[in-house]
Amino acid sequence: MNTTARSKGFAVQATELTRRFGNLTAVNHIDLAIPYGEIFGLLGANGAGKSTLIKMLTTLLAPTSGNAEVGGFDILKSPSEVRGRIGYVPQLLSADGALTGYENLLLSAKLYGLPRAERGVRIGEALNFMGLTDSARKLVKTYSGGMIRRLELAQAMLHRPAILFLDEPTIGLDPLARHSVWDRLRDLRRDYGMTVLITTHDMEEAEALCDEVAILHAGRVAVVGKPPELRTRLGAGASMDDVFAHYAGGGIREGGDFSNAVQTRQTARRLG
Amino acid sequence: MDRFLRESAAVAEVELIKLVRDPTEIFSRAVQPVLWLVVFGQVLAHVHGIYTGEVGYLAFITPGILAQSVLFSAIFYGIAVIWERDLGVVHKLLVSPARRSSLVFGKAVSAGFRGLVQAAVIYLLALVMHITIRQEPHAIFGVLAGVLLGSALFSTFSLIIACIVKTRERFMGIGQLLTMPMFFASNAIYPLDLMPGWLRTVAQINPLTYLVDALRGLMIVGGESVHGYAVDFTVLLVVFVVLVMVAVRLYPTLVE
Ligand SMILES: Nc1ncnc2c1ncn2[C@@H]1O[C@H](COP(=O)(O)OP(=O)(O)OP(=O)(O)O)[C@@H](O)[C@H]1O
Ligand SMILES: [Mg+2]
Repeated sequence: MNTTARSKGFAVQATELTRRFGNLTAVNHIDLAIPYGEIFGLLGANGAGKSTLIKMLTTLLAPTSGNAEVGGFDILKSPSEVRGRIGYVPQLLSADGALTGYENLLLSAKLYGLPRAERGVRIGEALNFMGLTDSARKLVKTYSGGMIRRLELAQAMLHRPAILFLDEPTIGLDPLARHSVWDRLRDLRRDYGMTVLITTHDMEEAEALCDEVAILHAGRVAVVGKPPELRTRLGAGASMDDVFAHYAGGGIREGGDFSNAVQTRQTARRLG
Repeated sequence: MDRFLRESAAVAEVELIKLVRDPTEIFSRAVQPVLWLVVFGQVLAHVHGIYTGEVGYLAFITPGILAQSVLFSAIFYGIAVIWERDLGVVHKLLVSPARRSSLVFGKAVSAGFRGLVQAAVIYLLALVMHITIRQEPHAIFGVLAGVLLGSALFSTFSLIIACIVKTRERFMGIGQLLTMPMFFASNAIYPLDLMPGWLRTVAQINPLTYLVDALRGLMIVGGESVHGYAVDFTVLLVVFVVLVMVAVRLYPTLVE
């Protein structure tokens, strides 16, 4: 599957992809080509259109106009083929707190149609890969934020998708948990050849993790490139923060913004 | 079809696990029917205010109160759906290749199980209060089937409302606005013949009436189904299928 899709070119290829909400154009004629095997970062200030773009690519939201191919399939014509080839971790912590880690994984395995004989092996492997084997039988509401994120990654990798979509995977995590998520993502690429698309506000994350980034501003792609190239292009000694401020317009808003606050509260509730 | 059933079962199973693990919510919902039967029912039976034929008033409203508790607990299902949307659980379900119809149907079935718990509570209560309950296995089976279908129907209705209003606050308002009229514009606590013409017309397009009607015949010694079981179950089934079809279209819009 991977190889045939790969021969078709890019993991994600968007053309003129657009989504309006009333008068607001959240994603405005975006063209994007992400090669297989890359870790690609979507950066941009709050409201730049990152989540909206990911929702369209994962078939959760219909574009107003334009189109995209994901994993070699048209998101409009073949949404179920696309769904079978992608994994998605939403911006919120979405694992079910009232179930154990194992039960969360079992549900995913069934919904993705993994054969019964393979389920146990795959779940065991995913748990092991994410370092959750010992906590598999505990209720997810007792997990830390970092463990929930790793569980969600385990859920998203269970069916060996060609492409993983992660919406702000490390928001609200402490530095240790963040680094462990990064390591897991690098391993997924190395061991399974997965293409990873993440959104982030965090320039350290963009620099450390991403082969290539696109900075979105008001629904448009302001710039695409490898982080070191973008820095050099801006001038000697420029940091990724400078690059972001330059392209994302208005600079980074300090402190907890609204979605950040919601997210943190969400985590707190999960843990409480 | 096979895949549809497998996926639905997976969704329903998870809900069942959660129900068994934490049944407090479902038992808290049993308080209301207890009040209706023990307080309202006893008082009205005592004053003989409503003529219900051979069957005493208390026995008459027992199936009505079961239907009511099915309706009320199913209506709250929409809140859970909005909660799941806010948590991103719905996103994750929708991004899987599972059919939308399996997701909606599986959730409806799990709501049906909740209804069965309500039925058990009412049976127990009836036993304690010496209400004459039919004990033939096929009658009990019929009651459980009706409750399962009714719960699935009203929870799917609730899902549709959740998809339209999308926020908890608005849902609470609409939920309150719908349940009480649905309850009172039905045959749950008084016979259809006692209603003024316009109310009877409303009651006759109210699915709750058909659930109550079936339960009344199946649950109570001497109780009778005015419309007949075939009509009752057909109406419930048709309404359920139509609601599922609508819900399948609306469910994906929850995450937009
Ligand atoms: N369902 C919706 N209805 C109306 N407007 C929406 C909807 N979803 C998103 N928007 C708007 O579209 C714009 C882009 O939102 P989006 O969530 O894609 O931004 P984002 O880049 O992910 O921001 P954040 O960093 O805060 O997550 C915002 O102005 C947002 O308010
Ligand atoms: Mg976002």
